[in-house]
Amino acid sequence: MDFFAFVIWPYVALAIFVVGHVWRWRHDQFGWTSRTSQLLERKWLGLASPLFHVGALLVILGHIAGLLVPAELTEALGVSEHLYHSIAVGGGVLAGVLMGVGLVLLIIRRVVFRDRLRLVTTRGDIVLYVLLSVIVFFGFVETVGHNVVGPGYDYRKTVAIWFRSIFIIHPEWTLMASAPFAYRVHATLGFALFAIWPFSRLVHVWSVPIGYLARPYIVYRGTRLATKERGS
Amino acid sequence: MRIFAQMAMVMNLDKCIGCHTCSVTCKQTWTNRDGVEYAWFNNVETKPGIGYPKAWEDQERWKGGWALDSSGKLRLVSGGRIRRLTGIFANPDLPSIDDYYEPVTYDFDTLLTQPVGKGMPVARPLSALTGKPTSITWGPNWEDDLAGAGTTATQDPNMKRLAAKAKMEFEKSFMFYLPRICEHCLNPACMSACPSGAIYKRERDGIVLVDQDKCRGWRMCVTGCPYKKIYINHATGLAEKCTFCYPRIEAGLPTVCGETCVGRLRYIGLILYDLDAVEAATLVADHELLEAQRQVFLDPFSPEVIKAAQAQSIPPEWIEAAQRSPVWALAMKHKVALPLHPEYRTLPMVWYIPPLSPVLDVTAEVGGDPVLPDDIFHAVTSLRIPLDYLAELLTAGDTDQVAGVLMKLAAMRAHMRTRTLNAETDHDMLARVGASAEELEDLYRLLGIAKMADRYVIPPAHTEDAAMLNAWTSGCSLSDASGVGPGGVGYPRAASGPVPVELRRRK
Ligand code: SF4
Ligand code: SF4
Repeated sequence: MDFFAFVIWPYVALAIFVVGHVWRWRHDQFGWTSRTSQLLERKWLGLASPLFHVGALLVILGHIAGLLVPAELTEALGVSEHLYHSIAVGGGVLAGVLMGVGLVLLIIRRVVFRDRLRLVTTRGDIVLYVLLSVIVFFGFVETVGHNVVGPGYDYRKTVAIWFRSIFIIHPEWTLMASAPFAYRVHATLGFALFAIWPFSRLVHVWSVPIGYLARPYIVYRGTRLATKERGS
Repeated sequence: MRIFAQMAMVMNLDKCIGCHTCSVTCKQTWTNRDGVEYAWFNNVETKPGIGYPKAWEDQERWKGGWALDSSGKLRLVSGGRIRRLTGIFANPDLPSIDDYYEPVTYDFDTLLTQPVGKGMPVARPLSALTGKPTSITWGPNWEDDLAGAGTTATQDPNMKRLAAKAKMEFEKSFMFYLPRICEHCLNPACMSACPSGAIYKRERDGIVLVDQDKCRGWRMCVTGCPYKKIYINHATGLAEKCTFCYPRIEAGLPTVCGETCVGRLRYIGLILYDLDAVEAATLVADHELLEAQRQVFLDPFSPEVIKAAQAQSIPPEWIEAAQRSPVWALAMKHKVALPLHPEYRTLPMVWYIPPLSPVLDVTAEVGGDPVLPDDIFHAVTSLRIPLDYLAELLTAGDTDQVAGVLMKLAAMRAHMRTRTLNAETDHDMLARVGASAEELEDLYRLLGIAKMADRYVIPPAHTEDAAMLNAWTSGCSLSDASGVGPGGVGYPRAASGPVPVELRRRK
């Protein structure tokens, strides 16, 4: 069971993630969009969407720091365990609250304004909303339940090492055996998110328009000039 | 001097009867789909009025177009690039569907299925968005013929800028129709606001299009466009806009709105312009904008321009089409066409001949004779209304420019009248408007009796270009930067096969 959840499933999910993106890019750039619904409902979105997105970005940063940065590195840099823990828990709660509140508001919005928003809510969106909610819920159980209220659990000795081991193709799945239930579910569903990613609106994440800061304002298509160098 | 060609349009407002044929045929052709029920690439407004979407000219609210900042640099009204990206999670300046209107259909089923009874069956309005019964409280032509003007006309942003007394006089005196499409601007704000770089201008004819494969639905273009002529398709989540009917233009046919215009008031033709002069024309003071915009255009009869155009691989038919262009004749030769809201600084390419009829109405109201040029001139120059209003619309407030055009139009009528009556030509009058009898007769032919072939001068695309034009619409043809292909006319062959332009329906 653990072998499936923490070895086979992550690799399957990652394979779907990669192949799925290639397929989607080649076959459906037309649908590669954030699928905005702001036209149909503006007020709630104006509050909920920034909350959710800012929260989600912080959450992603938090996961990078927690999972990809080895404990040895932060220690070598002189960050004490206590300091790391406070930052991780404090930041995690803040990010989680922003994202969680945003998500709840977005879901309420879909329900309250369902008459209009039904038009732009696909089955994939519903799957995504449910999955995200469950993942965020278990994230709170971890951060608040185990680390604020509870005695604390050092995931950097187990979960993080397991996570990194996947990418060096040397999965240490036995480490997950001792992890609390919430961590195990959170991790498994996390990979589910990777698996549905290329087929959902999440693909818009890869289109963050950073290039906008540098591109010329006026775009011509033709041959005599590529993108015109006018405007700044 | 880099010479480019632009497909442009002129509309003669005096002749618009507000029949909405253009809007309906355009809708049938382009926006008769899910997700764009509310979108009218062509719409016709009654002025004064707030228009569609509501008060679109109020840039304090909608933040469309460009403005000069304190140091004289051109900036999007909605802010700089970073400001725009911070608004990406929720664009604070996006009109909602209610600012357009709730699209409706009718419960036609009832008409067929209602059992025999005493009452007449009634097809009630249903929201096209929710499918539920709704009451119609606003629409894209709600203000037709000044309907409800008592409450809405004073909200017209152009009106708000006029003096209070002027408003009152104005309200009771006149109205006219304003048909609007995308302006296919030379300095498009929609494009500059697009974080994805999905909106582009076709080099060969200046038509502004949205690459449906590149658009990611960031919806900044809607805010950027001061004319609110780019729309979000809520079914696909992508931006869509007027295409200047490019597939028809490539085949040498006029746009659908032009082809079907009942008033025959639309003119389509090429304008040659100097790309290197565009930027400077956006940086001058408000009252110099009109002249600066005219200076961007190149005289297609000038030997120098012709030589340069040939050197830059502009096909000879295109140069010839630019010479016959009615847009050139109306905007540059006769100077009777004016750009809509030049102060937005996008350099719009759909220009308008201001309507004389409001002035004629006022002339009659004050006891003048609307066929006598002197009375009309008097009305034009002494009655500030409706001149001020037209100036707000077409010349960034410069009443002299509008007055000049109106007097020329009045002189043209008077001159043709004397000719019909075999009366003597009034040279005094001609001198006052600075036009010769031949010029006015030429203008009369263009405005009064021009045939389809004179109104629409559209050189078809070369067939060898067709595949490449198609490739532009989707995917970037710039990978082939080599320029002129062998045997081509300055446009390279398609790098890959044609890409179909797809219009999807919701399942
Ligand atoms: S009028 Fe057309 S080209 Fe100009 S800014 Fe608006 S959408 Fe863009
Ligand atoms: S079809 Fe022509 S006359 Fe009729 S509303 Fe449109 S522009 Fe005016």
